[in-house]
Amino acid sequence: MAGPAGPDRSVGPRLLVRLGSILFCIAVWQLVSSQRLNFGIITFRNVPPPTEVVQSLYYLMHSPKLLGHLLSSLWRVFAGYGVAALSGVMLGFAIGRSRAASDLLLPPLELLRPIPAVAWIPLSILMFPSSELSMIFITFVGALFPIILNTVHGVANVDRRLLASARSLGGTRAAILLEIVLPGAAPSIVTGLAIGMGTSWFCLVTAEMISGQFGIGYYTWEAYTLQNYADIVVGMLLIGLFGMGSSWLLTTLGQVLMPWRRPTIAR
Amino acid sequence: MNPMVAGKVPRSGRIEVNDVSISLGQGADTFEAVRDLEFSVAPGELVCILGPSGCGKSTLLGALAGHLQVTKGRLTVDGEPVSGPSPDRGIVFQQHTLFPWKKVRDNVAFGPKMRGVGKAARQHGAEEILRLVGLAGFESFYPSQLSGGMQQRVEIARVLINQPRVLLMDEPFGALDAQTRAMMHDVLLDIWTKIPTTTIFVTHDIDEALFLADRVIMMSARPGRAIEDIRLPFARPRNVELVTETEFVRLKRHFLELLRDSHRTTREIDARSG
Repeated sequence: MAGPAGPDRSVGPRLLVRLGSILFCIAVWQLVSSQRLNFGIITFRNVPPPTEVVQSLYYLMHSPKLLGHLLSSLWRVFAGYGVAALSGVMLGFAIGRSRAASDLLLPPLELLRPIPAVAWIPLSILMFPSSELSMIFITFVGALFPIILNTVHGVANVDRRLLASARSLGGTRAAILLEIVLPGAAPSIVTGLAIGMGTSWFCLVTAEMISGQFGIGYYTWEAYTLQNYADIVVGMLLIGLFGMGSSWLLTTLGQVLMPWRRPTIAR
Repeated sequence: MNPMVAGKVPRSGRIEVNDVSISLGQGADTFEAVRDLEFSVAPGELVCILGPSGCGKSTLLGALAGHLQVTKGRLTVDGEPVSGPSPDRGIVFQQHTLFPWKKVRDNVAFGPKMRGVGKAARQHGAEEILRLVGLAGFESFYPSQLSGGMQQRVEIARVLINQPRVLLMDEPFGALDAQTRAMMHDVLLDIWTKIPTTTIFVTHDIDEALFLADRVIMMSARPGRAIEDIRLPFARPRNVELVTETEFVRLKRHFLELLRDSHRTTREIDARSG
């Protein structure tokens, strides 16, 4: 649990305080939006109150549109992020293990890395015949670099003594790569995958707002253009929910794949 | 009994160190870690190499393991020159070289797996040798779940399952507390009696060397040269009472003096050259 530690008996009351804090924020939101408060530099005139958002969410849940939007977004992330994960880990391995691969691959990648993935949007629309492919490409670019860099870092920092031991025990090249380097780099790779997942959602939503026809990002932007203001917030909440869900999935995956890192007491 | 762990007289494991010097570092930072070493170890012998820290004893062990190359001279095991790491020359380090992601059983079975031994056979072999080092029941633990002493037992088992010609130990008990260390000495001697293997044990601890070895070779401060080579008169099996015997104490004093002298000589050389 985060935050300063306290005695155990305060857990119940602290939970109440936390819950209360959330409820208070929602109440403030309800107040400023229903009263259409205008503070000059910021105005809540067009902000939908929580009650309307819940209504819109309810309608969307019961409309066939939802599944279509969600599936298109999920498919794009699955495709773009999937390709990025696979190629990123392989490139990272090559760069981390071989000097030749590092000299060959790293310079162009280092040149491209500082360019934010969303800056690729105009060019990718020009490069790909379908907007679908261009959005997948943006998702791919967004996830690729954090995955490569973290993999390189993990592979290059595998404990030398473990490699020496493995060689002394007769480890073959393939075994050392698969049984020593891969698990040794795994924590770093999972970190890269988690960061990549975040950036990949971010890029997807941006790309969908610009060139999509379906998808959660498109839904959110469409709500703005059609002046369905409550739907904007519904879209935002869904984006947050799915971002959270996918990073939870990765953390869980990491724990399942790396059981030796789970803290357990045994003697 | 499983032939994997049985055997009384080692057929092989003669080590020859001929006029060996080893330099480390690159370019201007090159320094000589070991100079003009010359000794041989008979099959089945347990030799402790004693020396102050930084005397190049670990360097020599690294070269015998095949992780480092000698700059001059020849290292052979049973007449074959050492030309790289091999399961024939198992090495045990001070700590943290078990594979954290493999359970104890799979750590020990790694060597046989690399030799192509089938899964059932290698797991059986691993369990057998784990029983020998007193770790029956811990096969399914991860290394991080074991105490330091238990981890070192796994290290020893993982190396011995390969039936190496020589066992190289680089201060293997240096990170353990005194009590655990004394227990590990008994464990090591017990295993060494059951699986007689030529062993080179590097340490800076005089008591440890005198308690374990058939023979103690003392190295000077850097660049390490052999300055003493004594065969110990103590009978086996050995027990704790040995450390208070007159001869043990006499030899301990002798090595302490050598250690002090080697420090003094180094300082004199440093003073002269500096």
